[in-house]
Amino acid sequence: MNFHAIKAIYLFEMSRTFRTLLQSVVSPVLSTALYFVVFGAAIGSRFADVEGVSYGTFIVPGLIMLTVLTQSVSNASFGIYFPRFIGTIQEILSAPISSIEIVVGYVGAAATKSFAIGIIILLTATLFVPLRIDHPVWMLGFLVLTCVSFSLFGFIIGIWAKNFEQLQLVPLLVITPLVFLGGSFYSINMLPPLWQNITLFNPVVYLISGFRWSFFSQGDVAVGLSLAMITLFLAICLGTIMWIFKTGYRIRN
Amino acid sequence: MNTTILKQHTSAADQPPAGNEIICAIDNVSKTYTGGSVALDAVSLDIRKGEILALLGPNGAGKTTLISIICGIVNASGGKVTVGGYDVVDNYRQSRGLIGLVPQEVNLEPFETVNNTVTFSRGLFGKPRNPGTIEQVLRKLSLWDKRDSQIVTLSGGMKRRVLIAKALSHEPRVLFLDEPTAGVDVELRKDMWETVRALQADGVTIILTTHYIEEAEAIADRIGVIDKGRLMLVEDKATLMQRLGTKQIRIELQDPLGRIPDALSKYELEIATSGNALIYTYDPTGGRTGITSLFSDLKSAGLVLCDVQTHESSLEEIFVNLIKGEA
Ligand SMILES: Nc1ncnc2c1ncn2[C@@H]1O[C@H](COP(=O)(O)OP(=O)(O)OP(=O)(O)O)[C@@H](O)[C@H]1O
Ligand SMILES: [Mg+2]
Repeated sequence: MNFHAIKAIYLFEMSRTFRTLLQSVVSPVLSTALYFVVFGAAIGSRFADVEGVSYGTFIVPGLIMLTVLTQSVSNASFGIYFPRFIGTIQEILSAPISSIEIVVGYVGAAATKSFAIGIIILLTATLFVPLRIDHPVWMLGFLVLTCVSFSLFGFIIGIWAKNFEQLQLVPLLVITPLVFLGGSFYSINMLPPLWQNITLFNPVVYLISGFRWSFFSQGDVAVGLSLAMITLFLAICLGTIMWIFKTGYRIRN
Repeated sequence: MNTTILKQHTSAADQPPAGNEIICAIDNVSKTYTGGSVALDAVSLDIRKGEILALLGPNGAGKTTLISIICGIVNASGGKVTVGGYDVVDNYRQSRGLIGLVPQEVNLEPFETVNNTVTFSRGLFGKPRNPGTIEQVLRKLSLWDKRDSQIVTLSGGMKRRVLIAKALSHEPRVLFLDEPTAGVDVELRKDMWETVRALQADGVTIILTTHYIEEAEAIADRIGVIDKGRLMLVEDKATLMQRLGTKQIRIELQDPLGRIPDALSKYELEIATSGNALIYTYDPTGGRTGITSLFSDLKSAGLVLCDVQTHESSLEEIFVNLIKGEA
């Protein structure tokens, strides 16, 4: 393992984050705070409790997931697309490092950033709504797994994308709808039976359900199934990345 | 000029196999890009440890492609390359650890500082953090005052020096400079040549590409000419300069000649392809050129001359002929 190289990539990426602190941290936190004000405090107070939890509190795990997923994908995809775009990827390719080390550096940095944002949003939420966390270790575990696997997914997008438009297409057309329809704002038990079944094809449902379980001890699906699904997703992303580096797909001529 | 920063590596992994004077062996390397353009066609070349090799060739000749294959940026379609005895594919960690690359294109993270950018390169190549080394490299390239400036704020020539600093930050044993002096003013060009010579004095092998014959002439120990993906020639500069230094006299004869008369054998004449001209090659710097005795011997051999031309070949001409011959 070339630890110096992993550290160099990681620190270089983190330095980009600190350079653009406002847009990387402040803006997602601000937009989530707005959700809390609107859905939690303003409208939420008119809603009935969901599964014994007040609506404002109920949406906290989903909102965190919403931001963490989009942030992971966009950070990681941009993180690797930008060096491709400006050509600095050549230096990475010419360095004595393996593909695994490249991935650990870039994905590690992207995941760290979205994890930090997730925690900040969680802390922000406590300012607006009463919150309890039944299983804090599981909660952190789900958060880390989500940050890592969706950063891996973002990394793949960043390698696949041929231009900035494609780079933004996936978060916009895939991630956002999946998260909104994945039960961020409702329990899938609130849906008609047909939709409940269709929803089960949405991988994000398992994530949000598991994450919500770690807060309130109740989820839409069993927590073991949530864990299995996210592990599967992680494995698929890892496999794809191995293939990318083996074939040099879109990175090495 | 500081000589301490590029000392031989001491760790076993960095030490090339002993007694190997060829630092980089390129064996039958070919490259066809997806889309079918043939960039390299069976190139073989041995690069000697400690030399400065200039690769000369027109646009699109395949110089960058060759370097990219050695450095691991491009996969070869065929052939084999070793650096320090290590295969660039199978033992890429060891081979790449020995190499520094200054790319042709100025690819730099625009908003990062000079110091961070150069420090990043050192880490990327597996070297522990060492601000002292970075400082020496930056000072050597007159970038120390700019260490905290963002790359975007630098001039083109400074950016090019940042590229060199990045390549030197991890103390390479083999340095590739892909057109290092393109877009660089005369003064900086001289500075760069000086830096290159100092590196050579520290035992670094240097391969540079250029479009300019004068540049190759000024700095290289050996010159290779690449055109259309083929290596046309590799020769010691001294040998090339010797060719450069020779002159030829072309003596047109009235009647064609089947063979050179024995009386003229000591002049090592050649019969021109047309058959009715003789070519005499001599060294104008050598004092006695033998021209006077040649002419009197020609006369005694009974040959009738109709015209005499002298001709001086230049490196430029050798280069142009090589490239034209392939067209
Ligand atoms: N990524 C690529 N895809 C397809 N063809 C390429 C690619 N890179 C280079 N080529 C082709 O390969 C050939 C050699 O290019 P290369 O860049 O190696 O030349 P060069 O000698 O470095 O030229 P220059 O002096 O202009 O830098 C050219 O015909 C070029 O068009
Ligand atoms: Mg080139």
